Amino acid sequence: MRMGIIALALALGLTGMTTSSVLFLSTAPAWAVNPDEVLSDPVLEARAREISKGLRCLVCQNQSIDDSDADLAKDLRIIVRERLTAGDSDAQVIDFVVSRYGDYVLLKPPFKLATLVLWLGPAAIAGTGLIAVVMFFRRRRSGAAQTGAAQQPAAVTTTTTPLSDEENRRIEEILKDGTP
Amino acid sequence: MLNRLIYILPLGVFLVMAVYFAIGLTKDPKILPSALLHKPIPEFTLPPIEGGPGNGFSSADLRGKGVSVVNVFASWCVPCRVEHPQITRLAALKVATVYGLSYKDKPKNALKWLRELGDPYAAHGADLKGRVAIDFGVYGIPETFIIDNDGIIRYKYVGPITSARLEKEILPIIKKFSQ
Repeated sequence: MRMGIIALALALGLTGMTTSSVLFLSTAPAWAVNPDEVLSDPVLEARAREISKGLRCLVCQNQSIDDSDADLAKDLRIIVRERLTAGDSDAQVIDFVVSRYGDYVLLKPPFKLATLVLWLGPAAIAGTGLIAVVMFFRRRRSGAAQTGAAQQPAAVTTTTTPLSDEENRRIEEILKDGTP
Repeated sequence: MLNRLIYILPLGVFLVMAVYFAIGLTKDPKILPSALLHKPIPEFTLPPIEGGPGNGFSSADLRGKGVSVVNVFASWCVPCRVEHPQITRLAALKVATVYGLSYKDKPKNALKWLRELGDPYAAHGADLKGRVAIDFGVYGIPETFIIDNDGIIRYKYVGPITSARLEKEILPIIKKFSQ
């Protein structure tokens, strides 16, 4: 029953998230790229757009240079296009910007030693949580099995320990006599 | 024993995260670490501000002549105006050669600015397109760089230099790399 509710909540949450992101994405962003910046070669231009989308504008920090109207973003967009026209590979263009502004300009942080916690942290925390949950249920079950009363409510059985021989003897005495 | 530890674990995780957040959330996200710190200066040659004095300056001027300071400024930049007296003070102390990099400024305005506020720079160069500034990793002026005798960038500050910053940071760093 409870599992069912959790699953339902999860499903609802996921649908909500997808719907909202679809709505969000469907509002087309205004283009910051000016017509005079666009390269005549559509292939190079497409590469330039793709690279620009991954580079952070340093003035308005949560926009890419492709989205931003800041002067510096415009300058960087032009540099990206110049380097591509000069024959640089995508990686070379990105290196050019990173060597000046650091990994911070990459909207997607690189996977390396310094960013290990960033990349693996969430998975590690979720994993620890999962292990804790599994351990909890396992212990509950094995605790119930030990007392030989698996059908009993878990909250009661987890705290019961089997009666000792002495205790069993006393119970029998009590049952026989009717007096303690 | 192991049971006890498991109960303490969430508290431990919370404390670690609290420390991270206490440090992380009080930092100014606008101030970025410089990728060029302790790296050689980019190669460049800057022409003088058109109609102004001097011959501009180049990366060669920043090597082998003691510690230099490069101050990126523009007449349209209000914080630059605020820090100008400190740059003037620094130049007057003669502990380092102070260069002015005029960033994307109209020559006329840059010269007017220098006439009005005084010209503390040993030399200035006009970066009309801002390309040299990008090579320096400049993203928001004023920015100030300290460069050692070997042409290695040793310090970078983004924002206006106050007298406290000049005394507590800039001057000690210049002194450190002057030896």
